[in-house]
Amino acid sequence: MSSVESKTASQPSALAEFWYYFSRNKGAVIGLAVFLLVLFVAIFAPFVAPHSASEQYRDMLLLPPAWMEGGNFSFLLGTDAVGRDIFSRLIYGARFSLFIGLIVVTLSVISGVLIGLVAGYFRGRVDTVIMRVMDIILAFPSLLLALVLVAVLGPGLVNAMIAISLVNLPHFVRLTRAAVMTERAKDYVIASKVAGAGTMRLMLLTILPNCLAPLIVQATLAFSAAILDAAALGFLGMGAQPPTPEWGTMLAEAREFIQRAWWVVTFPGLAILVTVLSINLMGDGLRDALDPKLKRS
Amino acid sequence: MTPVLEARDLTRDYHIPGSFFKKARTVHAVKGVSFAVEQGKTLAIVGESGCGKSTLARIVTMIDPATSGDMLIDGQKVDIARETLTSDMRRKVQIVFQNPYGTLNPRKKIGDILTEPLIINTKIGADERRDRAMAMLKKVGLEEKHYGRYPHMFSGGQRQRVAIARALMLNPRLLVLDEPVSALDLSVQAQVLNLLADLQDEFQLTYVFISHDLSVVRYIADDVMVMYYGEAVEYGSREEVFSNPQHSYTKTLFAATPRADVESIKARLARKNAA
Repeated sequence: MSSVESKTASQPSALAEFWYYFSRNKGAVIGLAVFLLVLFVAIFAPFVAPHSASEQYRDMLLLPPAWMEGGNFSFLLGTDAVGRDIFSRLIYGARFSLFIGLIVVTLSVISGVLIGLVAGYFRGRVDTVIMRVMDIILAFPSLLLALVLVAVLGPGLVNAMIAISLVNLPHFVRLTRAAVMTERAKDYVIASKVAGAGTMRLMLLTILPNCLAPLIVQATLAFSAAILDAAALGFLGMGAQPPTPEWGTMLAEAREFIQRAWWVVTFPGLAILVTVLSINLMGDGLRDALDPKLKRS
Repeated sequence: MTPVLEARDLTRDYHIPGSFFKKARTVHAVKGVSFAVEQGKTLAIVGESGCGKSTLARIVTMIDPATSGDMLIDGQKVDIARETLTSDMRRKVQIVFQNPYGTLNPRKKIGDILTEPLIINTKIGADERRDRAMAMLKKVGLEEKHYGRYPHMFSGGQRQRVAIARALMLNPRLLVLDEPVSALDLSVQAQVLNLLADLQDEFQLTYVFISHDLSVVRYIADDVMVMYYGEAVEYGSREEVFSNPQHSYTKTLFAATPRADVESIKARLARKNAA
């Protein structure tokens, strides 16, 4: 620890400075720890999970969690209506959730940033058209629009991801556009132009890197929103289809057992809650660390 | 000898579109300004805020087109409204801005800022680019160790030196200085002005120096042009303008300069006692 501090004193590297501000937010550090745990579990699912996600133990239907009467320590969180181990399904489900988050964020960040960059840089009619389309998307309740899109495209995980990306798109477009508009008028951009830089160079190499901080924060928040939306679509039967161990789909399958087997609904719900919460906390910490306006001293 | 920069009757109008409550109107920011600058000379453009100085600077640096009038650089006519600019033309005019905090890209190292103009405009190899940037860094009074640092690690005066270095990387004929020292404190102002004077001697540079500070203008200018509401109300050599101002605005401007010599302080005290 002391060696790290002496290094930052002589030459404060960007990473050290980032970690200094990030680590002052305790919630963010806890969020990061939980997220890393989920990530680890998802990557090493076949080694961590005690059972397969789809194997049905026909003689142990709706087994309660291990610590309750009638529980079995081989099935830590109990089994579902067809005898599959809930704990193992949750672990495999983490893979789907993180995968959904990653794909959705990648899709909407890349397309949103490019569209926002064009709108903010060229202004004029291009800007008006793009922003009105984004306003229309924003005017729909996000889940409803996603539902309609999935209904058109057909249910399934891939289509659900495309739909959620589209629903998330306007936030990135607006954020990028606003940032580009403030940066575009600055002297260093004009100086680059006077030196002969072309449109592409100005947009992608000069302006874009200076707009990234708010986008990184929005991306983490969109990550959790995507997980939540995918779970909601799964619950409504429009997302991942059974027997995929996706958390929302697991909730949907368990709906009819809420009264007599609480653990079948509780644990997938808790998994969603904890993951989304940890990512949101992490996003808040990122904002604290990356937003220059929130930096003290 | 053809002047490096010649402007004939330059005008620039801004159209402000009307709305439900307001009629559309046109603002004449620059109204028919003509001037010429010879190689190695400095033309100072003086005037109050909003008189069209910076608009003129943007026209001269080919950022914005002029609404009408001709601009000739090295005898060659330039009109960016009609034709795209060749990279050779671009290289001839460079600019240094007023605000040292907005003029450098905060995400780039000094070395990358200095080599960018070379990457865009030339086919010089990476080693050669680095050598040239290093040489220029030393020429403006910075050190080699500054090459890999980010702009936020520098003071205002140092940043302005970097901005000057960047402008000189392409060996321009004409350097437009848009109030380059007005954001700096006095001792740093003097250093940067001396640097500019040295560089002018060394590279035979031509300056268009925009300022509202008459003491600075008196130090650096060969010719002076005074602007008032978009018009050039006075244009002549430094001696002419300073010793014999013609226009009433120029006289007001000179009268507004604070005087701190012993004579004027004594005179002021005498007036005060008499009253």
